[in-house]
Amino acid sequence: MQISNVKELNKIKKECLATQKEHPKKVLVCCGTGCIANGALKIVDSVRDGLAKRKLKDVSVEILKETGCHGFCELGPLVIIEPQETFYTKVKPKHVDDILDKSFLKNEVIEPLLFTNPIDGSKITKYNDISFFKHQQRIALRNLGKIAPHEIREYIGVDGYQALAKVLFKMSPDEIVDEISNSGLRGRGGGGFSTGRKWKICKNIKADKHYVICNGDEGDPGAFMDRSIMEGDPHGVLEGMMIAAYAIGAKEGYIYVREEYPLAVRHLEKAILDCERSGLLGENILGSDFSFTIKIARGAGAFVCGESSALMKSVAGEVGEPRAKYIRSVVKGLYDQPTVLNNVETLVNVPTIIRNGADWYKSIGTPKSTGTKVFSLVGKVRNTGLIEVPMGITLREIIYDIGGGILDDRPFKAVQTGGPSGGCIPEAMLDLPVDFDSLTEVGSMMGSGGLIVMDDKTCMVDVAKYFLAFLVEESCGKCTPCREGLYQLHKLLEKICAGKGEMSDIEKMERLSENVIIGSLCGLGKSGPNPLMSTLKYFKDEYIAHIKDKKCPAGVCPELITYKILDNCTGCMACIPACGYDAITGKKKEIHVIAQDKCTKCGACYAVCNFEAILVS
Amino acid sequence: MKHNFENLHTIFDNHPKSQESLIAILQDIQKEYQYLPCEALEETSKFLDVPLSTVFSVSTFYNSFSLTAKGEKIIKVCTGTACHIRGAKLLQEQLENHLHIKAGETTEDMKFTLEVVACVGACAMAPVVVVDDKYHGSVKVSKVKKLLKAK
Repeated sequence: MQISNVKELNKIKKECLATQKEHPKKVLVCCGTGCIANGALKIVDSVRDGLAKRKLKDVSVEILKETGCHGFCELGPLVIIEPQETFYTKVKPKHVDDILDKSFLKNEVIEPLLFTNPIDGSKITKYNDISFFKHQQRIALRNLGKIAPHEIREYIGVDGYQALAKVLFKMSPDEIVDEISNSGLRGRGGGGFSTGRKWKICKNIKADKHYVICNGDEGDPGAFMDRSIMEGDPHGVLEGMMIAAYAIGAKEGYIYVREEYPLAVRHLEKAILDCERSGLLGENILGSDFSFTIKIARGAGAFVCGESSALMKSVAGEVGEPRAKYIRSVVKGLYDQPTVLNNVETLVNVPTIIRNGADWYKSIGTPKSTGTKVFSLVGKVRNTGLIEVPMGITLREIIYDIGGGILDDRPFKAVQTGGPSGGCIPEAMLDLPVDFDSLTEVGSMMGSGGLIVMDDKTCMVDVAKYFLAFLVEESCGKCTPCREGLYQLHKLLEKICAGKGEMSDIEKMERLSENVIIGSLCGLGKSGPNPLMSTLKYFKDEYIAHIKDKKCPAGVCPELITYKILDNCTGCMACIPACGYDAITGKKKEIHVIAQDKCTKCGACYAVCNFEAILVS
Repeated sequence: MKHNFENLHTIFDNHPKSQESLIAILQDIQKEYQYLPCEALEETSKFLDVPLSTVFSVSTFYNSFSLTAKGEKIIKVCTGTACHIRGAKLLQEQLENHLHIKAGETTEDMKFTLEVVACVGACAMAPVVVVDDKYHGSVKVSKVKKLLKAK
């Protein structure tokens, strides 16, 4: 397939639309990492075999689509029947015959496989009627779950590469930069810097070479939107990069993607190859004078490489240590040349902004944070998954309307945003509109968009300790405040969690945090104390309970809790083998006993008990 | 451990001869041998004409590289935030108890390596354990033993 000019591009688009019209009925199987883990590939095979058995073999390509992630991974494998939009969850191969005969061929609905509304137990048939999807507005995730990501034709069929054609023949680089600036698009990787301004600075520097790098080194634990986008819409990311490259005058681009995301790497490699073969990457793209190539650099598991200067060193094959940024990387970046580094989600927004215009994008969201943001809504919430909502929506709407509330109806305690550089937001602030500035104001940050919901069983001191442990492990060690300061903060938190804390430790931690913030070289260190500072600000009583009362109110910190078996123990013996320390004794149908001297408080017995007969206090 | 290093040249042939290829080459070596054998680092240094000290510093800086041999089956417990608050630590302890090793170690019979990883990006299915690149979601304590037998 050759696409050497706009005419050929439009011809393919027309063909795709015609095929779609011919085959409106489709079986979509979600093949994101989550659904694959739950067995989606077996479903794909069963559907393919089933179609062949029903003499639909020749058209199985048009009917069966292996799509990217829908975001509702917990309920996978997900199957959707179009055009009815019937949404099936937790599908197993044994269900496939039924789905094909009844739902696909006869428009019936298979009730047991439908989504159950967790609030009233009712069954919901259509995709867009489920509250998890209903409140979303999908721009960055526009193609996820809709198209087969490894087929370039599918992308072209949904207006793919039309924005590229528009910029190459109808817009000057300055006009592109102005359009992106006017749209108000800000960096989705966490910093929130104006994308248009970044492009403008880079474009205006005279240099031998300019580079575009896509940052797919999604290191924030608890966030997975970039993974899903790279897996489910790789061409969207490539088109965004091409537009950026044309705007700033770059001929070479890199995608830096985590090695831990093998499916994303595979889909990106395929997408790049397809573009090279068809002429959408290489010399004189679409017959214009624009030439561009993209290479993939695989990250090797270092959180600090999400930082711009460290990432660029890593692309060059060096140790990923950040440098002091008296000169920003947009001015002197990869191989000391001006470099635009944009996050995956930022870039995938670009083609739609070019197609629909800055005014359209600006009309969504808030005046200072325009557009939408993708969040990974995870933790102790009923509906976990990937969501995209307009900026300015409140945390309450996200957690209760989309997320369906807290798991097991427990009380809400906090929501953590911004990953290891962010903070925990308490219940009193649930009505906070979510945008870049309001989150920073309350001591947290947008980060890459992880929203980790916590209930009363989550210990906030433990959460702070968890993040500090993560940062100590990931600190590159170049500068002392980060390397030693975070280490000492972690030691103090360990002391408090072990019941050995003193009230003066709080002041010590506050002072040390200030020094780490002022003295660290890069963003990782500068924002490292945030999880500690924000939990100290909003959950000080929990720290005091650990220090003064020697108690962990959430029942998490092992040194401050005990496990006891209550009288309602049925003597089922499930907990005895679960305990790895032989601490539980008892006979069948008799109440069991935990030997306190052997108990390590690991919680294994609590996790396996079906009768709520184990008390943590 | 003795290895056949002939495959190294196939790996080198797939990459341009510049330092930019260093991390990718080490990743391919790690994939081939499950770790970075000393001889392979020396060959890489010669091939790329990059000092061995640089090759060594890169291979010790990044988490995904290992300088010691790993077991036949590699079990990774995800300890990302979502997994942490849904009980990853307990899973780690259970696996440590079953295998009689600590995270980061390999069993004496070279059958299992247990690792903890920061985040595998499957947070909606927390807690997650990855066994030889296959993801297992919503893992319960009662399923830990089964994981060790999983293919």
